[in-house]
Amino acid sequence: MNEILEGLIAAARLVATLDRDLTEIAARSLQVSVTAVVIASALGMPLGAWLAVNRFRWRRHVIAVMNALMGLPPVVVGLVVYLLLSRSGPFGVFGLLFTPTAMIVAQVIVVTPLVASIAHQAIRELWADYHDLLISIHTTKSQRVRALLWDGRRTLLTAALAGFGRAIGEVGAIMIVGGNIDHATRVLTTAIALETEKGNLALALGLGFVLIALAIAVNILIHTLSRTERASQW
Amino acid sequence: MVGSILPLRLEAAAVRRGGNRLVGPVDLEIAAEGVTIVIGPNGSGKTSLLRLMHGLERAAEGRVRWAVPEAEARTRQAYVFQNPILMRRHVLGNIAYPLLVHGVHRAEARRRAADWAVKVGLGEALERQASSLSGGERQKLALARALIRQPDILFLDEPCANLDGRATREIEAILVAARDAGTRIVMATHDMGQARRLATEVFFLLQGQVHEAASGHGSLGRLATPEARAFLKGDIVE
Repeated sequence: MNEILEGLIAAARLVATLDRDLTEIAARSLQVSVTAVVIASALGMPLGAWLAVNRFRWRRHVIAVMNALMGLPPVVVGLVVYLLLSRSGPFGVFGLLFTPTAMIVAQVIVVTPLVASIAHQAIRELWADYHDLLISIHTTKSQRVRALLWDGRRTLLTAALAGFGRAIGEVGAIMIVGGNIDHATRVLTTAIALETEKGNLALALGLGFVLIALAIAVNILIHTLSRTERASQW
Repeated sequence: MVGSILPLRLEAAAVRRGGNRLVGPVDLEIAAEGVTIVIGPNGSGKTSLLRLMHGLERAAEGRVRWAVPEAEARTRQAYVFQNPILMRRHVLGNIAYPLLVHGVHRAEARRRAADWAVKVGLGEALERQASSLSGGERQKLALARALIRQPDILFLDEPCANLDGRATREIEAILVAARDAGTRIVMATHDMGQARRLATEVFFLLQGQVHEAASGHGSLGRLATPEARAFLKGDIVE
């Protein structure tokens, strides 16, 4: 109980004093996670909509695999990305290992199946509503996908926010490919892991509270900007 | 001048689902002018017949033939569903959508959509979300969206079901104006008064077949088979 209280005090102190290290790693956390979610959304949402609209032989299997990949172990993803980006790997020449870019690559791989799967569920329901109309208007398949993505944008926000939640709290993959290097690749989750290892439980807890507050703030900000509550009828 | 896509001919056309034949085999022709009313008891195949003609159902048997290639015919017709399908957009966005799909510039599409909204009495509701409209307003929106590309033929599946008298009168006025502007109308209805007011041709469907057809003004009264007479009297016909 004492440690939780100390953690809260540590978090308040860090925020109140605008601690430079905290500001830096929080900003890096946001930069990596937001970038990964934007890329994952750009890939996953059209994929989810495309799978909802198109019928092909292995469709059920593709959807099953995509859903299964939602539970992709981040540590395994981190390991695979590490091998691909390491000096002896096929992409070693780019020198990306232990950079924020490598962390973004790993997070995109972790988050994309989640975003695609939730987007697919949301778009599938909208497609059931729109099917006859869009066929009747003689739309092309790409026009259908675009209409569904645009009209389903508020529901798709849930997919993006779920992806953000997974990305901002992820530690396994980014620890491996980022290396938790101070002033280079350290983010909130890896800092928490480090402080816990060092026995600074109050500081680790304080960083944890900051992480939770950050996640909540981003969610509220996006909901406010997209007016999901005010425009409750879509 | 682009030629009409009509006449539409169904040649022994049938719709099947799950091994059951819902409609057909049907042989009929929809000529270039007039208002065709499709009547019949529930489950007689009115909706399936309309969907077959429009291309929403594929003919499992026989053929559906237009005067032009099918791909062209598909772009020059429209369909209004019994329960209007509203896109999650405001009124203007809904009405303009078919124009945008077919390559009309956004500003021009919005201008024409606004004109159509005024024509159907939704001029004050341009920026309202479609989901907030009443039943009659939703059907007017669906009509404006269907008519905005001035289709050669418009299929309507009981467009006035569940509407009050005033809304029904307004919808019929829009349909008459569309007919006068050259749009062929094919409509399924349960409202015999509406059929009497609008029909220049009537198809009476029973068990998926065109049991009887009559044409010319007062065509409803010319239906002569016992089943059709019983249906018009309000008896239960199966």
